[in-house]
Amino acid sequence: MLEIRDLHVKFHSRDREAVAGVSLTIRDGEILGLVGESGSGKSVTAMSVAGLLPRSRCDYSGQILLDGRELLHIPRSELRKIQGREIGVVFQEPQSAMDPLMKIGPQVEEVLDIHEKLPKEERRRLALEALEAVELPDPEAVYGKYPHQLSGGMLQRAMIAAAIVIRPRLLLLDEPTTALDVTIQAQILELLKKLNAGSGVSMLFISHNLSVVRRLCGRVAVMQRGLLVEEGETDTVFHHPRHPYTQRLIAAIPTRERREEAP
Amino acid sequence: MKYAAKKIAAMLLTMVVVSLLTFTAFSLISGDAAEIMLGTQVTPERLAALRSELGLDRPLPARYLSWLLGFFTGDLGMSLQYHQPVRELIAPKVLVTLCLSVLCFLLITAVSIPLGLWSASRSGEALDGARTVVNQLCMAVPSFFTGILLSWGFGIALKWFMPGSFPDLGEDFFGAVKYLFFAAVAIAIPRVAMTVRMLRGTILTEMQKDYVRTAISRGAPRRRVLYRHVLKNSLAPVVTFLAQTMAEIVAAGIVVEQVFVIPGLGRILVASISNRDYLVVQAIVVILAFWVVLANTAADIINQRIDPRLRLGGDA
Ligand SMILES: Nc1ncnc2c1ncn2[C@@H]1O[C@H](COP(=O)(O)OP(=O)(O)O)[C@@H](O)[C@H]1O
Ligand SMILES: [Mg+2]
Repeated sequence: MLEIRDLHVKFHSRDREAVAGVSLTIRDGEILGLVGESGSGKSVTAMSVAGLLPRSRCDYSGQILLDGRELLHIPRSELRKIQGREIGVVFQEPQSAMDPLMKIGPQVEEVLDIHEKLPKEERRRLALEALEAVELPDPEAVYGKYPHQLSGGMLQRAMIAAAIVIRPRLLLLDEPTTALDVTIQAQILELLKKLNAGSGVSMLFISHNLSVVRRLCGRVAVMQRGLLVEEGETDTVFHHPRHPYTQRLIAAIPTRERREEAP
Repeated sequence: MKYAAKKIAAMLLTMVVVSLLTFTAFSLISGDAAEIMLGTQVTPERLAALRSELGLDRPLPARYLSWLLGFFTGDLGMSLQYHQPVRELIAPKVLVTLCLSVLCFLLITAVSIPLGLWSASRSGEALDGARTVVNQLCMAVPSFFTGILLSWGFGIALKWFMPGSFPDLGEDFFGAVKYLFFAAVAIAIPRVAMTVRMLRGTILTEMQKDYVRTAISRGAPRRRVLYRHVLKNSLAPVVTFLAQTMAEIVAAGIVVEQVFVIPGLGRILVASISNRDYLVVQAIVVILAFWVVLANTAADIINQRIDPRLRLGGDA
């Protein structure tokens, strides 16, 4: 459903390309993992797909095809119709990703407000449904709360609700659990699995942690310094890493965790 | 609501402290009012008699309390210079000066918020430099000078108002407002420039925040991002800034009132200072201080309405 062809991104302020020729495919309904150490270009790849590149401050080339539709070079006004509607994004820090002065409810509804002309009551119903779907206790109460009144884990659930409320085809998750503690992280991973199984929404799940990706993703791609160094079934990559960089990433996982994760 | 009540309590306390300090300071510097009234060639008996008549023989706290009581009941004592109750003397002038400050404040708010938004959304364009120059020019030119130009241009040349013949507020309210308007413009110009610069800076900082990226990722057009998210987040510092501006408006007003021959507090304040008519000066200082404290309290309460994080006890 999504195909990235030979994506290059170079920020004017940098000498090196942030993304130096990445080609990736996300299939219908799959969760693709994207791993690599910090600064390897994972976020820039995802931002290119989400239409969030600062176009005036970088050079970019290649193609991003969503069901055959090119996104990288279309005008902003065209892009806006796809942002949120077809592609939802969840960021790393839910606290800063939310508008601190707006209640959760309106933020969850925002994407509906932008893309669909729905009566207020219907929007509210859908928002409550989404808050329910991300397993937040007491959606009615959460709806009326401000971001600072919720914990990080609850906020991230609300962010996911805000992304899925309109039922996009693709969800980009940029390290959505990195800022959360381990138990909450596990819960969010379970939730994502459930949402994927339930609605068939495709996901690009970014993490610098290979063991997290392993619990969620069928396939994984590994990035290093702007390049894709390895791609394949998660289990294959995990047990028979071909690239030395992948081997190092796996070696970096604490052994206890590695054994626990083994099927 | 609880928050507002607390703020108002704090405001009242501040007012008490301000008035106490002012009163004490004036008691120290003003010397003996009885002596000033009677001159030096006088018998000690007459002096003592007048002192007790004026209540000057009582201790300071007692005098302060009776003065404060008088302040709120409208009894501010007698002006030494004009031999008139201070209240009668300044009441109409207080009204004029408050009108001028409010008008000026509204002007600053109404002009600088749209201008700040416009300037922020045009940032990075070729004309950005020119806008900065205009802004700094407006900030640099003192209000009394702009006042002289406006008074000459709109008053003497265009005759849109008659400098020197200020219409009575009660009889010709709109005429008076029209007259005050030009003085308000003179005071407002540098403050508008400052507010625009600060709002622009705040907006540009807010634009870099993550929640803006979130809104864009949802397909929000630029206008929506600006008006639904960024503006509200940029408003709290501006409200605080505008409240602080109130003190400057009052201070600038004292000078500009002279330029425009406005019968406000400025003129009588200056006259009373040079005549050592301290009861009048003291009353005016306290009134102006209260006005500024009131503006700041209002700003705090407004900010608390804007930003739920400032609300105590999470009563959102
Ligand atoms: N807005 C930007 N301006 C300049 N350089 C950037 C910007 N965003 C990312 N980069 C650079 O691009 C490279 C890749 O960053 P990123 O994709 O964020 O890495 P990560 O894999 O950790 O998500 C890094 O060297 C980063 O410094
Ligand atoms: Mg990143």
